[in-house]
Amino acid sequence: MSAIHINGESYPLPDDPRTTLLDFLHQNLSLFGTKKGCDHGQCGACTVLVDGQRMNACLMLAFQLKGKNITTIEGIGSNTELHPLQQAFIEKDAFQCGYCTSGQICSGVALLNEMAQSDPSIVSAQQDCSTREDIAERMSGNLCRCGAYPNIVDAIEQVIALERQS
Amino acid sequence: MKTDSKKHVLGEPVNRVDGLLKVRGQARYAAEHEQESTPYVGWLVASDEAVGEITTLETDAAEQADGVVAVLTYKNAGPLKPFSKPADESRFTQSRAVLHEPHIRHYGAPVALVVAHTLEQARYAASLVRFSINSERPDLLEGPDDAKVTPDSLDGGFEPDVHVKNTSQDRHDIRLSADYTTPSQISAAMEPHATVASFDGNTLTVNCSVQIVASAVEALAITLEMEPENIVVKSPYVGGGFGSKLGLHYDAILACIGARHLKHAVKVVLSRRQVFYNTPHRGNSYQSISLSCDANGKLGQISHKSAMPRAKGYQFAEATGAVARVTYDAEEIVSTHRVKDVDLPLIDSTRSPGDAIGSLAFESAIDELAEKAGMDPLAFRLCNMPEVHPVSKTRFTSHRLADCLRQGAEKFGWGNKPQASGDTLYGHGVASAMRLNMLTPSRASISLDHEGQLTVRSDMTDIGTGTYTILAQIAAEVFGAELDKVTVELGDSHSPVSCGSGGSFGAASTGSALHKACEALCDKLKAALGDDASDSAISLDGAVVLCENHTGKRKVPLTTLFDASAFPLQETGEVGEEDTSEDEQYSCGAHFAEVAVNMVSGEVRLKRQYGMFSAGKILNLKTASSQLKGGMVWGAGYALTEAIHHHTQTASFLNPDFGEYHIAVNRDIGEVSLDFIEEADYDASPIGAKGIGELGITGAGAAIANAIADACGVRVRDFPITLDKVMNQLKALG
Repeated sequence: MSAIHINGESYPLPDDPRTTLLDFLHQNLSLFGTKKGCDHGQCGACTVLVDGQRMNACLMLAFQLKGKNITTIEGIGSNTELHPLQQAFIEKDAFQCGYCTSGQICSGVALLNEMAQSDPSIVSAQQDCSTREDIAERMSGNLCRCGAYPNIVDAIEQVIALERQS
Repeated sequence: MKTDSKKHVLGEPVNRVDGLLKVRGQARYAAEHEQESTPYVGWLVASDEAVGEITTLETDAAEQADGVVAVLTYKNAGPLKPFSKPADESRFTQSRAVLHEPHIRHYGAPVALVVAHTLEQARYAASLVRFSINSERPDLLEGPDDAKVTPDSLDGGFEPDVHVKNTSQDRHDIRLSADYTTPSQISAAMEPHATVASFDGNTLTVNCSVQIVASAVEALAITLEMEPENIVVKSPYVGGGFGSKLGLHYDAILACIGARHLKHAVKVVLSRRQVFYNTPHRGNSYQSISLSCDANGKLGQISHKSAMPRAKGYQFAEATGAVARVTYDAEEIVSTHRVKDVDLPLIDSTRSPGDAIGSLAFESAIDELAEKAGMDPLAFRLCNMPEVHPVSKTRFTSHRLADCLRQGAEKFGWGNKPQASGDTLYGHGVASAMRLNMLTPSRASISLDHEGQLTVRSDMTDIGTGTYTILAQIAAEVFGAELDKVTVELGDSHSPVSCGSGGSFGAASTGSALHKACEALCDKLKAALGDDASDSAISLDGAVVLCENHTGKRKVPLTTLFDASAFPLQETGEVGEEDTSEDEQYSCGAHFAEVAVNMVSGEVRLKRQYGMFSAGKILNLKTASSQLKGGMVWGAGYALTEAIHHHTQTASFLNPDFGEYHIAVNRDIGEVSLDFIEEADYDASPIGAKGIGELGITGAGAAIANAIADACGVRVRDFPITLDKVMNQLKALG
């Protein structure tokens, strides 16, 4: 069956082969948490997780994603409990207008996994890959025009520290 | 929107009350409003010429394409009042018409709107519209001498030309004459401008992304030749504004044209590239600066001459000379502004109009003069602090610039920079910030229901500034209530008319209006409590009123004070000119930067930015700090990366997207920190607050430019300071 799995629910793929995953979320599913900032993979506002990897939803056609598991901001945390990174974003004031926030959080959630697996970045090839500069490098695909960058790094640092404690 | 349960003290760093919605992706921005029916989707067909007349226009193929419900052009879009009419309206309420005539005013302007059931259908059908334009050569600003027109007035109400001479003393031992340029720039809010409009034959309902709701209603009424009573504008969440959403833009006009034509909801979302052409940008500037001082560093002459483009038919001219007129005392101050009317998209306010780019040039020049005088740039600035406004000679309601510079330098560790290592040299830079403060007429209401729930209403907007939060804090503070007892409803034209967001006036103006409303409601409660309550402190504990004075405390349920029919109790507060001083009002700040410059590649890395600010009472330490940090990040972009490049033949932009227009990314930014010298300024506003949104960028870029010069002796006067420009000068320096 031609289905796409989004936040644990299965949906039929769209009829129109031109429909991007981002437009599919908006137009077909009324899931508006994922934002369109550029539609060209340049800003990261539409970052979602595809089988756990962070991807720009504007750069994928929905029909390519048959059988894939997509997590959007609506699938991060639960109705009753926030993901620790969502909570850290609130406490560290890691957003202002909020438009890039869904993408930043999805990107940050994937980043935590990438770091746990010691995936290299241009700043760090191995070992301790959680310096502020490394976090900033790994979050540089997500633009924020309000300039919340230092607070975004603060929020991610806080979650890394929490995870190391537990 | 319900608010979180948090501490309820004004000024405290409480979390944003809209934070929960935003981290869950549940705040609804303009394009996400799906009313009773799924909206049709409109896609604009853009002009590929800058100026001229449409000579042929073929829409048949588009009209017959799958899913298309209408193709709107100048032939069927009306009625519309011609663009920029009537002449006596403000620029935000004049007609913003498009598709009203075959004339094209700029590259990328709408030629047609294709409306279809889906976005994919509309975009494809738009590609089928054929048109030709009998193009004319566009007028552009080709150099500083090309700007010959003196504008009637400047943004912020400044006079275009100023010349004051204080004494006949001659302090001209040391001179600097330097020409600076800043490029065209764009606000580039992350949320592209978007509108969903619906029309029921009588009422037009417009969900859009706009900073000032009331003028949006007026602009639509004028543009569409409708009665303002029949227009509802909603803008509860705005995904960044930075000036680009002060007024309504073509997404809104096109969606309304479509909705009126089809009597069906129509959504128009600008693509990122369309945002560059269909919303305003900041014009490029030529700033010619001459300075002189004596051997002790006392300024003799300050001369600042600005030349910028102005979009044809749109009266906006930026006061780049404002900082040169106010920051330092001098024997003589000369400041002029000239413009040329050009065939470009709208040129309008971008964050901190005037000062963001004026300070880049002027505070760089001050550093250059300090170097010529052989003085420390911090000491040089402190040596020239004004007692009163240098031009008007009026007192400042509060002036803490010197304190910001001194205390900021100490906290930053001025001059205590890292040793050079390998190919890397380090530098420190400083710059002053002076940003005009304004109280703007504004209104807000407070209502109280029988259960003790408070509701704030205003057509005020929260563009990321934290308005929801600070208004909730103000109401909670007055009533001693928990924050979760306050609901804030913003961005609806049914609500009391506010100043909106812009010019850093929103929080102080609307916050003061709300404070007055809350006090009036307190008075109403006191009156109901009886004579002995007049000198009492009133607070709310749920549905119970606590009344406390020297004789004791009593608790009275709301429902015993008032009949059920009296609820909700409501009061509206208002501020105007009478609530603010006529003296000079400024927020002050000092910016510091530490950079590392690679002597091989010319690459500049920002290590640290620090700011010390004085901006009256700080309403929320957390959101205020974030906003100022954001301004400092903009300063980094202005110093190092941002520039629109023009194609002069076609009057188009070479880099209208995020791939090529480089706003700062996360790793471009180093450590950013700041402190406040807090001092409530009740001359400025009834709640003692002043503007902060534009203070953070004013001077921030110049501190970086000055740090680069300190590191390696390279002084780039043509912003942004990209590594190719640094390399060129490094080569010249050997």
